Amino acid sequence: MAETFRLRVNGHDCEVRAEPNTPLLYILRNDLKLKGTRFGCGEGQCGACNVLLDGNAVQSCDTPLWSAAGHEITTIEGIGGESQLHPVQQAFINEQAIQCGYCIDGIIISAVALLKRDKDPSDAQIAAALERNLCRCGTHVRIFRAIRSAARAMRVQEKT
Amino acid sequence: MTSVALPQSLKTTPRLDRWVRFNADRTVTVFSGKVELGQGIETAIAQIAADELGVSLERLSLVAGDTTQSPDEWYTAGSQSIEVGGMAMRLACAEVRSVFLEAAARELEVNVTELAIRDGTIAVTGTDLRTSYWDLAPKVDLSRDATGAAAPKASSQLELVGKHAPRRDLRAKITGAAYVHDLELPGMVFGRVLRPPSYSAKLVAFDADAIRALRGVIAVVVSGNFIGICAEREEQAVIALEAARRAASWEEEPLLPPTTEVRDFLPQMASVRSVVHQRGEHPTTGALRRVEATYSKPHIAHASIGPSCALAHCESGKFTIWSHAQGSHQLQRQIAQVLGVDSDDVDVVHRDGAGCYGHNGADDVALDAALLARACGRPVLVQWTREDELAWSPYGSAMMIRVAAALDANDRIADWRHEIWSHTHIKRPGWADGVNLLAAWHIDPPFPVPPAKDVPQPTGGADRNAIPLYDFPVQEITYHFIAEMPIRVSALRSLGAFANVFAIESFMDELAAAADIDPIEFRLRHLKDLRAREVIEAAAKAARWTSGEKGNGARGRGIGFARYKNRSAYCAVIAEVDAGEKLRVQRVFAAVDAGQVINPDGLANQIEGGIVQAISWTLKERVLWDRERVLARSWESYPILRFDETPEIEVTILNRPEEPALGAGECAAGPTAAAVANALFSALDVRARDLPLTPDRVARAMD
Repeated sequence: MAETFRLRVNGHDCEVRAEPNTPLLYILRNDLKLKGTRFGCGEGQCGACNVLLDGNAVQSCDTPLWSAAGHEITTIEGIGGESQLHPVQQAFINEQAIQCGYCIDGIIISAVALLKRDKDPSDAQIAAALERNLCRCGTHVRIFRAIRSAARAMRVQEKT
Repeated sequence: MTSVALPQSLKTTPRLDRWVRFNADRTVTVFSGKVELGQGIETAIAQIAADELGVSLERLSLVAGDTTQSPDEWYTAGSQSIEVGGMAMRLACAEVRSVFLEAAARELEVNVTELAIRDGTIAVTGTDLRTSYWDLAPKVDLSRDATGAAAPKASSQLELVGKHAPRRDLRAKITGAAYVHDLELPGMVFGRVLRPPSYSAKLVAFDADAIRALRGVIAVVVSGNFIGICAEREEQAVIALEAARRAASWEEEPLLPPTTEVRDFLPQMASVRSVVHQRGEHPTTGALRRVEATYSKPHIAHASIGPSCALAHCESGKFTIWSHAQGSHQLQRQIAQVLGVDSDDVDVVHRDGAGCYGHNGADDVALDAALLARACGRPVLVQWTREDELAWSPYGSAMMIRVAAALDANDRIADWRHEIWSHTHIKRPGWADGVNLLAAWHIDPPFPVPPAKDVPQPTGGADRNAIPLYDFPVQEITYHFIAEMPIRVSALRSLGAFANVFAIESFMDELAAAADIDPIEFRLRHLKDLRAREVIEAAAKAARWTSGEKGNGARGRGIGFARYKNRSAYCAVIAEVDAGEKLRVQRVFAAVDAGQVINPDGLANQIEGGIVQAISWTLKERVLWDRERVLARSWESYPILRFDETPEIEVTILNRPEEPALGAGECAAGPTAAAVANALFSALDVRARDLPLTPDRVARAMD
């Protein structure tokens, strides 16, 4: 049976009504119209649907609604919008680290979570943070470059 | 003024107002049949059009792949979007510019030669006299056919083409809604299709009413072997799909090949032999050293990250379908045929999807959506599952290739034979007769699966790039065409070129080793084409290749080269592998000559992506099956390259502004596979000829 849940998404409180086991992905996309969280596999294997849950990257396709209630959820829309990009988004644009872009929002989420806990990650640490993300266009080299350059920009920003 | 031969797109749609429109708000809209697939074509075509018209990029927008507005440019495929679509746009814009310059000359009472265009303003040089495209637009009739009489600008006059232009579509894609998957219409419902468990499966029992009774389900469509479900909420459609899976009984037959080893099943299948290309007489005398080797490549999945999706709406008998397919006009006609309506009653509007790399499930899901929209009378967004995408979209065809050559006393290749075994490489909707859409084969009555027909030369399908670019005096290329294949295939990036170049370039290395000559030196000795020599030399220089260099038992380097389709971009790739524990590509140097470069960074991005994808194909990818079912159903059963397997890549671009611009999305695939296999040989002295180069295969090649 559908139940009412209170969620906190991108800094706003909201209420949704759905079955408790509904994947958070569909709630975000269809009830809250946050379409930047993408359906990739529905099996927690590709990372296209990543969101931040209390700052950690999780796959929203295998996060049930009931378990997300009471946590701080951040989607790509909460990371930055078209007119005010987050430094990680800006770095992806600067490096043109995107082809089709379908996997990228999930990758940016993973990168934002990484850069919160590690301001100067090595390539191995970046690869580890992207362990559960897949990209098919083969933009990998640029994605590493974008994350490194975002890390640098964020370190500089912090100093100034 | 001499007229230019019109490209096919302009012959199909000659009217200039179908290509260019000047809007009241002093912007320009151009219309293209070539759609954005993540390859950056929208930006490149905008650069070409803006440059040719003399307007800034900011003023120009592009409408692509919309059957109500855009020209029919066949498919966005085969690295033809720049070569044909870009050329058509350039000529159309050149002619529009010329028509407006003449109108401006009349208006301002000067000669055309005294006029200059700057961001759409047409001014008499050295005076204050001016007008503009927009001022003149009401007086200029563009409902006229292109003649090819207006010459496009010389490369020295171009200001946007050849310079970096950031992709226009990216900000939206990394901040929210951007894809067909994200569309919504009022009253929209969510559709899923229960695909049969295998190609041979026939539905024998299904309790549709039990599914109709589930919460939120508003329609269950059962027709033959097609089961479609519509529900109010997406999670309800997903739950209903899983319930339907449990509720359906199927009868299956063991029709798939008894083995997944390409060299064991492919040459056993019935085939028709034809000679693709022949030059010279096979030598029978003289001191010849004969060498022969057989290579294979398995079925490979397109494996888009976003499973295919479409939105369809049917209102008083008229359908509108939003789709990420590569050929909106072809899809329009095919869907109309299945629905039994006029093409005019089906509009197909392109919206971006995930990268497809060829013919994936995009077209199929569009028909699924149309069928469900007709059944439930509301707009339906149909989303394929990961399993649908991996198990049901077409694969790239498997191939086996036997290459034989004879070296003369001077270690020159005196004889070359290349034999291919393959099914077709293209079964796109609208290619050949009949309907190439999945649901059309499953509904009752079913449309027959059209007979296979491959792409003929000069571009070729299975035989794409089978004709060597090298100067061998005697060549014979034969194709054993397999007409029947129980596995669904269609166009995958580079078609047969991937396997042919892998075979040719692996074999060139084997011959170089047999002759004890450096593999780059050996290639250059057989290559007169100057552009070919220069890309190989550029890659060698970037990699600091030393003649005669050898691997060290763990690390090694190898080269691969091709000119895509023998008429498109040249690409040489040098790969460095570490084969110590697990085969891993460490570093790649590529050089590319794609003629006139439109957007250098976009070109580099395509080459890098082509290399990474080809490394994935080469090291990991293979579709497996048992006698009934394909086993590629998730990222676990069909693994692709991961981030911790990323090599370093350095791309060198040889720009040739005076040469025609060439597509470059596919040119790196074959050279990369060969470079990796040749690097493995250099590292371990092991020649692996069957793709993918998985640890078990490398171990087997060592025995």
